[in-house]
Amino acid sequence: MFYREAGQYKTSYADDGQIFPIRQDRYAIAVLLLVAFVVVPFTASAYLLSGILIPCLIISLAALGLNILTGYAGQLSLGTAAFMAVGAFASYNFVLRIPGIPLLLAFALAGMVAAFVGIIFGLPSLRVRGFYLAASTLATQFFIVWCLTKFSWLSNNSSSGIITAQPMQILGYTFSSPASKYLLVLSIVAVMALALKNLVRSNTGRAWMAIRDMDMAAEVIGFPPMRTKLLAFAVSSFYCGVAGALYAYAFLGTVEPDGFSLDLSFRVLFMIIIGGLGSISGSFIGAGFVFLMPIALNMFFGATGIHMPESVKSNLEQMIFGGLIIFFLIVEPHGLARLWQITKEKLRIWPFPH
Amino acid sequence: MNWQAFIEVLVGGLLSGVMYSLVALGFVLIYKASGVFNFAQGSMLFFAAMTCAGLVGKGLPLWAAALVSLVVMVALGLAVEKFVLRPMVAQPEISLFMATIGLSFVIDGLAQIIWGSTAMKLDLGVEDMPLEALMDKTGIAVSQFDLLAAAVAAVLVSGLAVFFSKTKVGRALRAVADDHQAALAVGIPLQRIWGIVWGVAGFVALVAGMLWGARNGVQFALTSLALKALPVLIIGGFTSVPGAIVGGLIVGASEKLAEVYIGPHVGGGIEAWFPYILALGVLLIRPEGLFGEKIIRRI
Amino acid sequence: MNMRHTLAATVAAAALTAAALPAQAQEQFIPLLSYRVGDYAAGGSGFYGGMIDYFNLTNAKGGINGVKITFEECETGYVPARAVECYERLKKKNGGATAVEPLGTGAAYGLLDRVAVDKIPLTTLGYGRADSADGKTFPYVFPLITTYWSQASAMIQYLGSKEGGMAKLKGKTIVHLYHDSAYGKEPIPVLDAYAAKEGFNLVKIPIPPASGTEQGAQWAQIRQLKPDYVILWGYGVMNTVALKTARKTGFPVTKILGVWWAGSEEDVIPAGDAANNYVTMTFTPSGNYPLVEEIRKTLYAKGRGNLEDKDRIGSVYHLRGLAAGIMYVEAMRNAQEKYGKGKPITGEQMRWGFENLNIDDAKLKALGATGMMPVMKTSCADHEGSGATKVQKWNGKKWEPVTKDWIQAERDVLSKLITDSSAKYAADKKITPACAAG
Repeated sequence: MFYREAGQYKTSYADDGQIFPIRQDRYAIAVLLLVAFVVVPFTASAYLLSGILIPCLIISLAALGLNILTGYAGQLSLGTAAFMAVGAFASYNFVLRIPGIPLLLAFALAGMVAAFVGIIFGLPSLRVRGFYLAASTLATQFFIVWCLTKFSWLSNNSSSGIITAQPMQILGYTFSSPASKYLLVLSIVAVMALALKNLVRSNTGRAWMAIRDMDMAAEVIGFPPMRTKLLAFAVSSFYCGVAGALYAYAFLGTVEPDGFSLDLSFRVLFMIIIGGLGSISGSFIGAGFVFLMPIALNMFFGATGIHMPESVKSNLEQMIFGGLIIFFLIVEPHGLARLWQITKEKLRIWPFPH
Repeated sequence: MNWQAFIEVLVGGLLSGVMYSLVALGFVLIYKASGVFNFAQGSMLFFAAMTCAGLVGKGLPLWAAALVSLVVMVALGLAVEKFVLRPMVAQPEISLFMATIGLSFVIDGLAQIIWGSTAMKLDLGVEDMPLEALMDKTGIAVSQFDLLAAAVAAVLVSGLAVFFSKTKVGRALRAVADDHQAALAVGIPLQRIWGIVWGVAGFVALVAGMLWGARNGVQFALTSLALKALPVLIIGGFTSVPGAIVGGLIVGASEKLAEVYIGPHVGGGIEAWFPYILALGVLLIRPEGLFGEKIIRRI
Repeated sequence: MNMRHTLAATVAAAALTAAALPAQAQEQFIPLLSYRVGDYAAGGSGFYGGMIDYFNLTNAKGGINGVKITFEECETGYVPARAVECYERLKKKNGGATAVEPLGTGAAYGLLDRVAVDKIPLTTLGYGRADSADGKTFPYVFPLITTYWSQASAMIQYLGSKEGGMAKLKGKTIVHLYHDSAYGKEPIPVLDAYAAKEGFNLVKIPIPPASGTEQGAQWAQIRQLKPDYVILWGYGVMNTVALKTARKTGFPVTKILGVWWAGSEEDVIPAGDAANNYVTMTFTPSGNYPLVEEIRKTLYAKGRGNLEDKDRIGSVYHLRGLAAGIMYVEAMRNAQEKYGKGKPITGEQMRWGFENLNIDDAKLKALGATGMMPVMKTSCADHEGSGATKVQKWNGKKWEPVTKDWIQAERDVLSKLITDSSAKYAADKKITPACAAG
């Protein structure tokens, strides 16, 4: 009833082509952004900001990146964390070695470096498909982490191979409080998500989807598979690279190459599959789910006051988390975003389903 | 070049490769029959080793512990098939893959709730020591335990080969692997076949778990053995039992040789990625692995 | 709409939790960023079990001048991001966190900058950045008792004494077999410095963290090198596999010297016979201490002990947790002496407490822990406090001491490395090194 588009006429091409064609969606997004940009920084506790929202947003960005590759272009990858590591180490080196470089430029350049690495490691995708490709992207994961550990120049000859992110300064302002860091991360993520939304609606995005659905057919109707696939790798790695830079600068502060482990790659893959392949909102929902669920379970068990040994509690949390993943995959194999879409469809015709 | 050392590294590598093959076998069985890339194989292996070592710790003799573990593992395999895979029939491969990762969390948690989180030892009665006769004569160290493992792997693979080619169930299995729908149409009970495959995978996990557990100690890190099996699978092909063995031998030997002879020149530690790069090389020549079924794609 | 509601609910819930809990009087809160699942669960459960046991014992004896210690566990799974979340969640709870111990290198790095802002001391007991012993640059970080650099120094000294004098190390070959991560690379500058000074040949062989389960290649290399000693710098499964593989390739176990994270029951028991006569460093030697007996009696006999497996009482990780507990409680006692007896202290005051620790022989005797840990005395310039370690040997059943006396790290070799490295951090972070007031 409340979610009906009756009476909303599209009278121009611009109307027809806008991102959110339904007015209610536009309002919802506007309110969401308003809350995120204005209300949250002033009301949220430091814990919510720097313990939950910042990492959640950063990891969402990585999930967006992987979703480009896996969800839109159909290339399964297990090397996300490696591209994040490239971004983190590249931005550290740009800031370190080019004095006075604007921070955002350093992030962008770091993304470019990651994109370049992505293109190189995307080359096998021209010949290899499916799980074979997924398993071979593990080569990326292990090789890059190995390189970052081995070449001490990359970590400014730090004896243990760790890097310490420099303070974040833009135009003389230092982003040090949780709220300011949050706003910076949120702005970057919002802009990049918007850019992506537009990109996937463009010719490029449609080429990706064509390749995903059947690459031979796509080739026949004139999409060059090489350019399309490599572009997907480049853009995806760019997003992951920026996410990695933010992970080092706005979240952890000090990182080691080993921190960008296969485990992180897996978690990002989880996010997009639970959230929904080929869906922008799915990346965010999935990231929220995978990141928040273990925390929520932990808090839940803490709050119930059931007396049991701590190790049983921890293991039980893990089991429930695994069980929930299976449950959601059985209920909706296309992800939470799809569930949301179905709800929307239902709401549209509610309360008269015929 | 020191030939003695070279042979030692080569033989050691080949024997390690057999150990990888054991892990890879479980993957192949399930992928072949149901198209599921079962990431939980590592956790099943861990669960099996924990159960066996835990029961031995409770005072059971080894054979009894192994027998009980076998029953438990087959039951676990059947349960997984019934409660996880069956409701997800005909879903995209990647969703199935993710479900098995969720499954691995459940199995890991269960194993540690039952048996605790400390490491245990498992003694199979064969010392992991160099064969003395060979050592004395040639100076080459070859572990007798590894030889036993290789023998077990050989028996297991030939057993599976006979099972696949000579028995009725085995033939049905191959039919299912070839084409689910056609198999269903000629009257092969699909669900029962899948149940059997998961049961057999549980058995393979037990064998691999006991050998690896005795070799490295029974601890959580056993779950990550799946990572060792992946390059083996890529090289051998996801659907081939002999491929798993050949792939294992190639990976085991080449990674050891690379680490010993190339590693020192580039700072070492290349073992982490070498098998994957090698696998990538193989894929560029044969996109479905050495022994995988050729994928014919049509528009 | 769904999403908006959830978000609003989350914000509201978080605001409520933040506001609802007023500071409770006479309680001192410690957040415990523990891990009881995952690859390193064995270490985590033993260590945090020890800390909790000691806190419970202190409370059972009336607390610290009447102030009870409260604590809350938060499962991190050894994942840095979760550890940071746990820290952020607990730091303001119950009147504020007093100090924090994450027992993980990655997690400690993630907290390094945060603790300085929040003014909550971060202790890294026998791990973490060795250069953080410099309290001028790292006022809120305490690598208590000993660091990796001190350990590396002690190891070389021990090997020297085994050969019959440091001069005898000349021309020997020592292999550094290490976990290929920040953890394993940390001691390399010190080992390099010693190799140059004493003239031995140092060969570094890394083991990739992802393939700790398979070390055939590395031990084949070692077999060809025929080194005089192998320093085993591993963690978790890598240690067990190293011992097993050494035996498999016929390398004598007596030539291996492990670090303290390679020297717990959990490392050697799964290796079985391969670990007999294996020697490692330790800063909490095993033994039958009155303190452990007291804990057995006061807590475990009444079913209030934290370890589920009673065989692990007095194990290396448990003792390490007890040692951490002792230092926490003594630092609190210290701070109360200065800032008001019988009153809970803040993180800032706790920092002073840690910086002025003085645990001498008399103190240890009173606690029933003589020999369980080295005597220590901290200061602004020295957040480590001791740097002393012992050597222990696994006899197949338990760890027994090898060296009677504590081996002291050679400060003159280390101090320049520490100042250089911390100066680099200070430059990166634009910090002006100075002793904190208080």
